[in-house]
Formats: sequence, structure tokens, C-alpha cells
Amino acid sequence: MPAEPAIAVDQLVKIYKTTAAVDGISFALAPGSITGLLGGNGAGKTTTIAMIMGLVLPTSGTVRVLGAQMPRQRYQVLHKMNFESPYVDMPHRLTVRQNLKVFGRLYAVEDLGARIATLAQQLDLTEFLDRPVGKLSAGQKTRVALAKALINSPQVLLLDEPTASLDPDTADWVRSRLERFRTERGATVLLASHNMAEVERLCERVIIMKRGRIEDDDTPQRLLVRYGRETLEDVFLDVARGRGYAREAAQ
Amino acid sequence: MSAYSTSVLMLAPHRIGAMVVRYLYLLRSSWTRLLELIYWPAVQLLVWGFLQFYIAQNSGFFARASGVFIAAVLMWDILFRGQLGFSVSFLEEMWSRNLSNLMISPLRPIEFVAALMIMSIIRLAIGMVPVTFLAIGFFGFNLYGLGLALAAFFVNLILTSWAVGIVVAGILLRNGMGAESLAWTLMFVLMPLTCIYYPVTVLPDWLQVVAWALPPTYVFEGMRALVMEHQFRGDLMLEAFALNVVYFAAAVVAFLALLKSARRIGSLLQAGE
Repeated sequence: MPAEPAIAVDQLVKIYKTTAAVDGISFALAPGSITGLLGGNGAGKTTTIAMIMGLVLPTSGTVRVLGAQMPRQRYQVLHKMNFESPYVDMPHRLTVRQNLKVFGRLYAVEDLGARIATLAQQLDLTEFLDRPVGKLSAGQKTRVALAKALINSPQVLLLDEPTASLDPDTADWVRSRLERFRTERGATVLLASHNMAEVERLCERVIIMKRGRIEDDDTPQRLLVRYGRETLEDVFLDVARGRGYAREAAQ
Repeated sequence: MSAYSTSVLMLAPHRIGAMVVRYLYLLRSSWTRLLELIYWPAVQLLVWGFLQFYIAQNSGFFARASGVFIAAVLMWDILFRGQLGFSVSFLEEMWSRNLSNLMISPLRPIEFVAALMIMSIIRLAIGMVPVTFLAIGFFGFNLYGLGLALAAFFVNLILTSWAVGIVVAGILLRNGMGAESLAWTLMFVLMPLTCIYYPVTVLPDWLQVVAWALPPTYVFEGMRALVMEHQFRGDLMLEAFALNVVYFAAAVVAFLALLKSARRIGSLLQAGE
């Protein structure tokens, strides 16, 4: 019998007033998988992730995370999930250690001091632990946000453009840490991104959204073959602007 | 009660403690925040205290009613600063764009509210305790001399302040920072109606009905009875408490409804203007 999906989304719809932000999408993510959610601005990626977390109520359809129906049963699973986004901050006046202590206690992390020390070492934060978050650079803040997202060793990790606004070196470094966490923890990761190289490198499956709908859903390799492209960026442009656009533009 | 409602109302002390520690870290890191807690109550006390001092020298009535203005100022500050302590702690999450982190954590809304209530008392204590000693030093008025009555006044005032704070927090969740001014001004709607500085009988008859629907009115009437007539009105305190229970429960229900509405319209995602 196949394992129950870590995340199961069925006929999910979210309508804000008259605009359908998410328009009847369905997908299931296997435990331990890493999936990229691709799409342009307004495609519905963030709203989808927010509904998976229980932050936004669906207009219709269902979301199940680790067997719990969201948002009704969210308190059964929120301690096994976490989230990171550059668009959500952490209190600036608190030091890195204080922030991690607060979130560690919220998630009832055992042996919190040791956990913070391990994360600080893994994410190269040890020398910043007692510095206020507001005094860190963008790259350092992203690492702190990642430490917060990993504080409870989540079974389900949701990432919304985790490397946005980072320089290529720091972004690559963050991707390596994510890969390592996923391999070691066996966590299910859903990654919303605009960065095709990132998705190509990290994800074993790609869901492409456009105007609230799923336009395509496959492995990166099969997408490249089916679209006859060399990069996911070209595939993305084909989906966003219509098949063949990228090739014509290149010619 | 549904399984959802039950889970929403369950409390975990470690999560409430985590939030209280978070706010204490913040206060410890910012001397301006600490100064602000003491600054206004002290200024208000001095202005009203000296005014009472002046009037008492020229009026037999106010000479007899010595301390009534100062007591009123201190009581009003418990009411207003209690709500502000609650609301500002909540606003800190919006100012720091941290609300989404909390909302996707296992922290339940009621635990969040409980932490804000504890912080409102801590902030109130930091601001008010020095001011009560200032009242003794400058005007010879000892608030603690009110004895057990002070406890009854305090419980009733803080319950009202929390009820208002909870509703304001719900509106902020639902409407974002555009509603921030409510946190600073909503309590002032109660100011003329709860008869802080004058007896309820001063109001027109129809407005007296409104005044008696507000728990602080009973506290301020009770305070005047105690300071001026040396009579503790337990009946007024019980009536205020009964009203407070109703308002507090209504505020929690309103907060949960506004939170649900915020989830429906997606405002927890932005938590901005």
C-alpha cells in the first residue's frame, strides 16, 4: 500500500472578492519528496502555501497535511511543520539566540540549547548568536530565518522564495544547507520560487502554476524533454507566454 | 463544542511563557520603551495632582475630597495603560512583521491573548508602581491605603482594559495596520461616559443608562464613595465584575470571529496596511 501523502491538495479554490487566486488545483506530495512550485507573480503560489499552513481559509476544496485536515485540525500538525520566507521578518531588537529560544519554546523543542548550538554551527551563525537580528546583513537574516524554520526539525517544510534578494554565493550556500537538511531529516519540502536554477537543482518534481491553475506537473527532466528545452527557464517562459515563445525570442 | 473550538481554547503554559519572555527580551533591549511606560502616567499625575492641590486651597468641597482627583487619575491610568500594554505588545508583532511566524506556529490564539494579558500587567506595573510612590511623595496620597478595595478596583479595571485590547487586536488582525489608531484612541470613547472625574448624576438621564452599562463607571463611583465618604461599595464592585465577565467573553468571541475573517480574506499574509 502506498504511503499517505505528506501533503494532499484536492480541488483547492481561493477566491478573493471576484478574483480567483487559486482555481481548483490538486496535487499530492510523497513523504520525503522535494517539490518546486513555479509561477510568475500572481500565479497563486503564496496563497497555495498559505492555505497549506492554515493561514488562509480555502473557498472550497481540501488540504491535508500529515493526515490532518487544514485548517480545522492544524494544531495536530503545526508542531511538525515550519515555514520560511524573506517576506516575513523576525523581531529585529531580539538577538538571534533570543529569537531561536522563543520559537524553540513555542515548538516545545527538547534540549533547546543544544539544538540552537547545532543549528548555529550548521548555518554558520555561531558568531552572530548574540547580535540583534536587525543588525545583520540580508544573507545573515536569511540564515537566521532558516534556523527558525529548522528549529523543530520539521517533517514538512514550506519555503516561499527562500533565496530571493540573496547574492549568488549566499543563495548557493542556502541551497546546499536545504539539500543537506532534506537528506538527513527525510522531510517533505515544498519550495515556491522564481529561480529556475534553484528549482532545477533542488527539486525532483515541478508544479507550474499560472493564474491560479496548474499548467504542468512533472519531473524537471521530463519537462525539458517534453518542451524540447535545455533549461527550466525556457520551459517556464513557454508556459507563461505560450509554447515556442522562448525559441522565437532566441532566434 | 466542536473539536476545533476545544483545541482553540486549550492552553499550554510553555507557549504562553515563550511569548512573555519574547516581550521581556524586547523591553530589556529598549530603554525608550521602558521610559515611555513611566513618562505619561507621571506627567498626568503631576498635572492633575497640582491642580487638585490648587483647588483644594480655594474650595471647601475639594479640601474635604482631598485625593479624589489623584485617585481618579491613577485609576484611569490602570484602565488606559492596561489596554495600551495589551495592544502595544500585539502591535510589536505587526511592526516587526512577525505575525505570520506566530500564526503558523503551534501557538493558539487564546495562548497569545493570555501572554498579552500577562504583559499588560507587567507593563502596567513598570509604569504605575513608581508613579504611585510619586503620588505619596508629592501629594501625600497613598493609593495602597485603599486596601482591599484597591484590589477590587484593579480587577474590574484591568478586565475592561483587556476586553477592549482583545477587540482591538481582532480588528488589527482583520484590517491590518490601517486600524492602528484604534489601539491608541478607542479607550478615550469611554472617558466621558465612565465618569472618571465627576459623578454619574452629572450626565443627562439617557446618558446615565449608557454609563451604567460600562464596568469602569461602577469603579469610579466606588472610588469616590471610598475617598470622599469612606464607604466601600461592594455591591458596585460585584455589578462591575458581572458586566466585565459578559464583556470579556464577548471580546474573546469577537476576537476569534475576526481572526477567522482575517484567515478568510487573507489579511494574515500581509499584516500591513
